[in-house]
Amino acid sequence: MRPFHYERPRALEEAIAGKTEASRFLGGGTNLIDLMKYDVERPASLLDLNRLEGLREVERDREGTLRIGALVSNADAAAHPLVREHHPLLADAILAGATPQLRNMATMGGNLLQRTRCYYFYDRLTPCNKREPGTGCPAKEGVNRIHAILGTSEHCIATHPSDMCVALAALEAVVVVRGPSGERRIRTEDFHRLPGDAPERDTTLDAREVVTAIEIPARLYGRHHTYLKLRDRLSYAFALVSVAVTMEMQEGRVSRLRVALGGVAHKPWRVPEAEALLEGRGPEEARFGAVADRLLQGARGYGHNDFKIGLARLAIARALHQAAAATPQSHVAKRIA
Amino acid sequence: MPDDLSPRGPETVALTLTVNGASHALRVPAWTTLLDLLREGLGLTGSKKGCDHGQCGACTVILDGKRVNSCLVLAARSDGSEVRTVEGLASPDGALHPLQEAFIKHDAFQCGYCTPGQLCSGVALLQEGHTRTEDEIREWMSGNLCRCGAYPNILAAILEVARKEGRA
Repeated sequence: MRPFHYERPRALEEAIAGKTEASRFLGGGTNLIDLMKYDVERPASLLDLNRLEGLREVERDREGTLRIGALVSNADAAAHPLVREHHPLLADAILAGATPQLRNMATMGGNLLQRTRCYYFYDRLTPCNKREPGTGCPAKEGVNRIHAILGTSEHCIATHPSDMCVALAALEAVVVVRGPSGERRIRTEDFHRLPGDAPERDTTLDAREVVTAIEIPARLYGRHHTYLKLRDRLSYAFALVSVAVTMEMQEGRVSRLRVALGGVAHKPWRVPEAEALLEGRGPEEARFGAVADRLLQGARGYGHNDFKIGLARLAIARALHQAAAATPQSHVAKRIA
Repeated sequence: MPDDLSPRGPETVALTLTVNGASHALRVPAWTTLLDLLREGLGLTGSKKGCDHGQCGACTVILDGKRVNSCLVLAARSDGSEVRTVEGLASPDGALHPLQEAFIKHDAFQCGYCTPGQLCSGVALLQEGHTRTEDEIREWMSGNLCRCGAYPNILAAILEVARKEGRA
């Protein structure tokens, strides 16, 4: 690792005031420290947020909105009684990712900000538009088994690696951030961005803003949810394709459907028009394929990842089946119901 | 005066750390990981540097009661913490931890390089209680790789202790 300055701000305001383009906030560090070891991140200083007060609470207000502090660890969030009772989908998605050791360190805020695992992004000896804008994207003609099939640009075909964020997209969560000019709330779908012509920017967060909490609105999906994750081995691997579903039911009809895909794009992928195909109707299996086709409209492969299009189509239909049947995918027993 | 483990540099951090019950006052370069501090600074070479990227689990230690990859923790961040390493699993009188005994009984290792991490992870796992079924133990031990492939024996060792303690 290259030398850097280490600071421990005593208050959030101090952290924000001390932040520069060349510095990074330190949360759990599971991704940042790793990227520093690979010399991909080269911060002049780290501002360690771990001693700050008020960022470790999990609370539920009168409207049923669940608020999870940015410094709550992934492990603590997944085990929290309020999360398990009201948003089991979030707990499932978190537990589908990484390992117990990493989840004990990784924070909710940091998980939102984790970076792609594109091989070329990590390898300083190759060009990468995300790491060094303007140098090119070798993944398009290179090894691209793990890469995106939706929302790509000529400059970048990287995917966002998080499981948690896919669940947050299906839950229509809101990211609360604080910056020099105060607090703002960003819908998850507006928080992460597509690569376009600026793939170096993963999110719409400004350099001096810090994530303080994640808020999840009340949703009554009961057991009609699932997080289905498909990967190259049964545990501790990033998703090739994942599907998060919440299906709210009223009198046998789907009153609200939310479907988000992971492993296929630069951000969790949602298509409201696809969700509308099932809303107001019974959860008819015969229509699941149409929902999948609409979600995958415009998908294209780059060679090694061509298989993801067919895999995603089947995974979406299976996940809708699991949600409709109220049999969420278990992340301990891996058999797919 | 704290022990000075760093070359004179501009960015050093003073910290106190309790390791296996012994407290240390130290000064380290900011970019020192907890793993390097344990191994190079304190001579506790039980924790292993396998991949140094949080992928293999050989560096697993128990930090303030929770298992973590010490290769990804900055020493500076663990200021004021309590660390338990493989050297601290046995009793002060030398009696091995029940999981250490079970590893020997079930031959839960071959080369032994991953074993300190497996043991720390397993001890934490037993505390967490994710040991109700073989599937659950497999899933919750997924952060510890064993390239010799001793997984069935590691599983048997953990399962035996979990059963003895009424956790399976």
